[in-house]
This record gives sequence, structure tokens and C-alpha cells, in this order.
Amino acid sequence: MTSWGYSISRPRSIDIDRNDMSYSKELLREYPELQTCIACGNCTAACTAANFTSFSLRKVHTLVRRGEYQGMAEELEKCMLCGKCRLACPRGINTRQIVLTIKKHLANRSR
Amino acid sequence: MTGRVIIIGGGVAGMQTAITLDELGFKPVLIEKEESLGGKLCRWDRLFPTMTPAHEVLDDLRNRLGSTSTEVHTATTVSGIEEEGRGVTLTDGRHLEAEAVVVASGFDIFPAERKEEYGYGLYDNVYTTVDVERMFREGGVRMANGQTPKTVAFLHCVGSRDEKVNQRHCSRVCCITGVKQAIEVKQQIPDAEIFSFYMDMRMFGPGYEELYRQAQQQYNIHFIRGRISEASPTIDHRIHIKAEDTLIGRPLRMSVDMLILAVGMQAGASNEAFSQNRHIELYPSGFLRPLNQFAGNVRSSSPRLFYAGTVTAPKNIGESINEGIAAAYQVARTLNSKRP
Repeated sequence: MTSWGYSISRPRSIDIDRNDMSYSKELLREYPELQTCIACGNCTAACTAANFTSFSLRKVHTLVRRGEYQGMAEELEKCMLCGKCRLACPRGINTRQIVLTIKKHLANRSR
Repeated sequence: MTGRVIIIGGGVAGMQTAITLDELGFKPVLIEKEESLGGKLCRWDRLFPTMTPAHEVLDDLRNRLGSTSTEVHTATTVSGIEEEGRGVTLTDGRHLEAEAVVVASGFDIFPAERKEEYGYGLYDNVYTTVDVERMFREGGVRMANGQTPKTVAFLHCVGSRDEKVNQRHCSRVCCITGVKQAIEVKQQIPDAEIFSFYMDMRMFGPGYEELYRQAQQQYNIHFIRGRISEASPTIDHRIHIKAEDTLIGRPLRMSVDMLILAVGMQAGASNEAFSQNRHIELYPSGFLRPLNQFAGNVRSSSPRLFYAGTVTAPKNIGESINEGIAAAYQVARTLNSKRP
């Protein structure tokens, strides 16, 4: 078939009605303090990985909480688990543990 | 020297002004346009951040006022204030004389129907924070069909920080009101999912930030940074909302059972008429501009005209009551210095 070079754009909207929010609920039940995130970006500012790549824990956990998983496993591979973000977080969130928990869930999910 | 001081407005600021003036030996004349005293607080159920019942504050003020010699005129509206604060004119044409006037006429609630895109007054199940307080007082949050909502969205800054409706200022107290109500809805309906769409959360008072954190951690309220661009009714009478999750940078949409608009404070409609007096100056927002914002918050450029409460800017109840005390002392200072 002739390719005309056109394709259909997927909608970029986060659709809460359609997304699977079950893991979001589970994650927040396990770590309710994650909800106290004020999106200050201190974790990302302190992050060595973020200094060299597009990695942002603030964005990743927010997307996971909205039921958006695509590309998240690859993003989290960039984290070196050094824990500097945890030292920086003004809300005292155990960010390193959050990374590990989300990674574990995503691994189970893809299995 | 008659010692008569007219106070325009019988809300918390006006009542406190009268109580303090009486204590200082003056004769307060309290003018209220509604049938009863108490102002906007009469419509409130519980108060942030302590969840104190609003009637406790009102009962206390009413009781203390009741033991003074204050002359109270309810269902009476002031149309103009005399140049040097020597009295006021009423809408029925009567003139009341005094030695000083304290303007404590408060604010107006932003009419949410002006933000047409949210459908207030057009669709079912779109309410304001003021409506929700009424629901709390009447026993609980219910949808138009009488059922309990399972998904509720709050939208902050409705009629605040918005040039489109000529309200550029921050109304200050709506942030904490939205947080308080989100907690109360969750307390009433523990399995409800609650989403709060905000621009900034401005937790300026003691205990406010703590309550916000409680809403996040303990009550599982989902805070999403972004203003809802529009709300539309779905075929099953739910509300479909569109926003941007600005922390992710992607559009977000969802449907909810109920949308609650955190309406702001706008300048009182009477401010325009009061500003016919050359000593009474308006801010661009329409609130009255005090002599200065530091040591002259309750004073005007006339030594006999004073302000108390939200007539000059959005304030919480404690601040308004404090200004009532401050205004009364300023009145005393002026009138005592003029006594022989």
C-alpha cells in the first residue's frame, strides 16, 4: 500500500476516566506522604541523573499517580538510587523508596 | 460632644467596632442592611483551620454587643457618607448625625455565573463554596438528584487573579476554605475521590499549611495544578472538565459528579457610592484604600472617617475583628483629642 506520510496523532490528554487508577491508589495507600509533594523540584535539582538526562522524579511520580505508565520504566532506569533526592525533599518523602516501589510495580505489570 | 459614632455594616468587624467603642465610653450606632447582624458569617457552618462552628464566634459577638448600649438599625441601608464623617444619609432619605463614621461594610461574594464556562446556574451539580456551606448546615453534601457524590472536583481562584472578570487580586481565604471543605466532604463521604484544581496554594495563616498537609496525607485529596478551562454537562448529568496538569505539561480531562467553585471576594457594591466622599479612595480592585498599609490600615485621609474589615481588602475573621478594635481606638484617639 502506498504510504502518503500521514499518520493519526494519539491524543495527548490524560484521561482520568479511562486510565487505570488502581496502582495510583495502591501507591498512595502505601506511601500517603507522597501526596504531600508540593512539586518544588528540589529532588530533580539535587539529582545527578537529572543533570545529564531528562529524568525528573517529580514528573515520573505525578504521571504514575495519574495512571500514565508509558515510558516510565525506561525513565526510572536513569535513577542511580543514590538517595540525594531524599536528603533534599522538604516534605520528608522517602523518594528513593518511591522509585524502588514504582520500579517493582512496573516490572510486575509488564510480566 | 455626643460621642455618637456610626458604624456602617453589622458583620464581625462592625460588631467588634461597636463593642470596643462602647467599652471606651462612646455611643455606637450600628447600621446593617440585612434583617439581622452577623454579615457573611451567618452563611458559614464551620471555620478554618480549627473547624470551630461559625455560630460560636457569632454568638459571642452578639452576646457582648447585647450588653452594650449600641443603637442598632437593621434592614437599613446607607447611601452616602458626609464629607468630614459627621453623619450618613440613608436610602430612605433620613440623615443620621455622628462625630465619626467607621466603614465596615465588607465585601461581596464573586457571582460565579460570571464565569460562564463553568456552567454555574446552567447545569446541575455545579456549586460554589458558599452553597456547600449551606449544604453542610442543612445536613450534608448532595447532588441535585439527592444522591451522594462519589467524585468531587474543587476549582480554586474563581473570581480571583482573573482579568477576564476584572478581579486581579487574590482573595486570600478561598485556598484554605477549599481545603477545609474538601476535608469535610471526605469526612462525610469517606469513599469519595476528591480532586482540587489549583493555581497556587496560598496558606498564609497559622495552621493553614498544616491543614493543607492533612488534606493531602490524611484525607487523600488529589491536588492538581491547573485551572479548569471549561466544564460541560454529560448525558448522565455528570460534569466533564478540562484542564492542563501543568506539573506534567499535558492536558487532562475527567468527569465528576460535582464541581465546587471556590469563589473569591470582590469589592462591596456600596464602595462606589461611598467614594463620592472625597476622603474615600478606591483601589483599582474597587476595595477602599486606607491611609496607608502599615500604620494607617483603619484610617482614611479624613480624621473622622475610619475603616474596619474586608471593606479595604480580603481578610479572614480574626483580622477583621482586630481591625474593629483598631478602628475603635483610632476613633477614640481623634475624638478624645478634640474634647475640651
